[in-house]
Amino acid sequence: MIDFIIEHAVVWPVAVPITAAALAAMFWLRQDIQRLVSMVGLVLMLGASLLLLVTVMQDGVQARQFGSWAAPFGISFAADLLSAAMVMITGVLAVAVGVFGLADIRKREEHSGFHPLFLGMLTSVNGAFLTGDIFNLYVWFEIMLITAMGLLVLGKTRAQLDGTLKYAVLNLFSTLLFLLAVAILYGATGSLNMADLSRILATTEPSAALTLSAALFLAGFGIKAGYFPLFFWLPASYHTASITISAIFAGLLTKVGVYACFRVFTLMFEIEGSGLREAMVVIAAGTMLFGVFGAAVQWDVRRILSFHIVSQIGYMLLGLAIATPLAIAGAVFYIVHHIIVKANLFLVAGAIYRATGTYDLRKSGGLMRTNPLLAALFLIPAISLAGLPPLSGFWAKFLVIDASFQGGENWLAAVALFVGVLTLYSMSKIWIEAFWKAPPGVRQTARPVPVLMLLPIAALGAITVTIGLSPEPFIQYAQAAAETLVNPEAYIVAVLGESAGPGVEIAFDPATASPIIIEESVQ
Amino acid sequence: MDVAIALLVGAFMTLGIFLMLSRSVIRMLLGLALLGNGINLLIFVSGRLSREAPPIVPPGAYVPEGAIANPLPQALILTAIVIGFAMFAYLLILGMRAYQSLDADHTDTMRLAEPEDGPRPPLSY
Repeated sequence: MIDFIIEHAVVWPVAVPITAAALAAMFWLRQDIQRLVSMVGLVLMLGASLLLLVTVMQDGVQARQFGSWAAPFGISFAADLLSAAMVMITGVLAVAVGVFGLADIRKREEHSGFHPLFLGMLTSVNGAFLTGDIFNLYVWFEIMLITAMGLLVLGKTRAQLDGTLKYAVLNLFSTLLFLLAVAILYGATGSLNMADLSRILATTEPSAALTLSAALFLAGFGIKAGYFPLFFWLPASYHTASITISAIFAGLLTKVGVYACFRVFTLMFEIEGSGLREAMVVIAAGTMLFGVFGAAVQWDVRRILSFHIVSQIGYMLLGLAIATPLAIAGAVFYIVHHIIVKANLFLVAGAIYRATGTYDLRKSGGLMRTNPLLAALFLIPAISLAGLPPLSGFWAKFLVIDASFQGGENWLAAVALFVGVLTLYSMSKIWIEAFWKAPPGVRQTARPVPVLMLLPIAALGAITVTIGLSPEPFIQYAQAAAETLVNPEAYIVAVLGESAGPGVEIAFDPATASPIIIEESVQ
Repeated sequence: MDVAIALLVGAFMTLGIFLMLSRSVIRMLLGLALLGNGINLLIFVSGRLSREAPPIVPPGAYVPEGAIANPLPQALILTAIVIGFAMFAYLLILGMRAYQSLDADHTDTMRLAEPEDGPRPPLSY
């Protein structure tokens, strides 16, 4: 039994939440049971993520083939260090946001199916992190999109309808671009398994079809992740949802796009020499700058934070664009740090709303006096986001900027540092307006913030402080993860196993009209 | 045959993108559906077209004899069609609800999430 569980460690982070989602959907009219199922499911998912992380750290890359189809033919699941870290952080965040949701999600939102949709979205996020098949990744993206659309419009307000429509159309367009890229790639190579594609593309001559496919992958994932010219849907929709949902979206969804970019552009396509790097450098700089400029003019806490998601995505892309092991390690560290901090800031925004009754910074104030604990808990993620020592954001920024100096992109490092200053400006704006200044108007007393809201904020803050004070093990992990990304042999061997060598051979002749020929090669 | 299907894919995508550039929500959604179907056709072509060679494995054998039609694109398209249909149905309902409660089928007038008369950049610092 124990062996079975450990052997299939890569399956549980998807199997657990999808079972919980189905159970929660079955108890559609019983919100109390749904809540229980949801919490148990989230805790089990956290356990499953932990199991996967430990297994991957001990035994290397984990891979499973579904339905006993040998590797390039069936759907593979594979977890290397990056996938395991992403699943782990998803588990932590899901529990924190789930607990926060107990205090924040309204009855009618639960009636509209918050729990099944929330669990379904987590399933798709974990599935996207773990799958080793590019078409399967598309399917997880679509599941993520449809559950996210459901969650966004849960409150049924007019602003939500408006935001969701924009979110849905642009994100559906992005998954269509992704599907187009998959179609062209399949036409050129005849495979959908990412490890197999890595092997095939390494020996394939560059062609227009492959370049087009790579560009479409970048554009499709770019819309998902919120890259520079394509990010406008994000600040138009994220702030309309209920704050619990905004928090999990802010932490996870764009990062799935970033993760997919990392997977595709380290495992399958070369960034060097194909003109992709030049494009990515410009996109990274634009993402950082325009995100932070957008945030500077906003007064709504949630919109400030939404624009900052965009700006922070730029730092991650910066790591991928430079593509040295050091830069990718920095980016991996940055993703983990950012997911925790950004979701935490949204949770704090929810607590501010609970205390003052408004998200508008001009109307709130005085929280430092009335709620000093919340003020202290806000400072941890805020200072970390701005990148001041000794918190996690400092090390994340340090790694990425150091890598860009070493990679010879001095101006990118300058942009990153400048954006850091402007981030500090936005964070101090929230601090001054919501916490420091005297509250405008007559209402002097703030409402109390429930413990269920403060608890996850404190827990996520504790993680930020832990990463900040002892970054060494996390940086080592990130470096090991970057090592497996830059040299994906371990990943390929784990997925393809024996068939990576001679054995079953797939011949594909694009010159004639003859389709895939499957033949057994000579033993 | 390949050329004809390629032209058809091109026609689908052109129409889809043209409709998506419209400011009317319903046209935008129709454009998305057309684009999705164009891509489905492209998957079909990318598996290479062939005639009268069903992918059937004879009894007792593990691999089919000779060249066969590629069965995988059909499985992929089926998945994509199902997903695309569900998405389109959801989006239509969403568009209808937006039309009912925002009284707008025109994206220029849908400014609830991002109000146009928002505050100017803070000058007080």
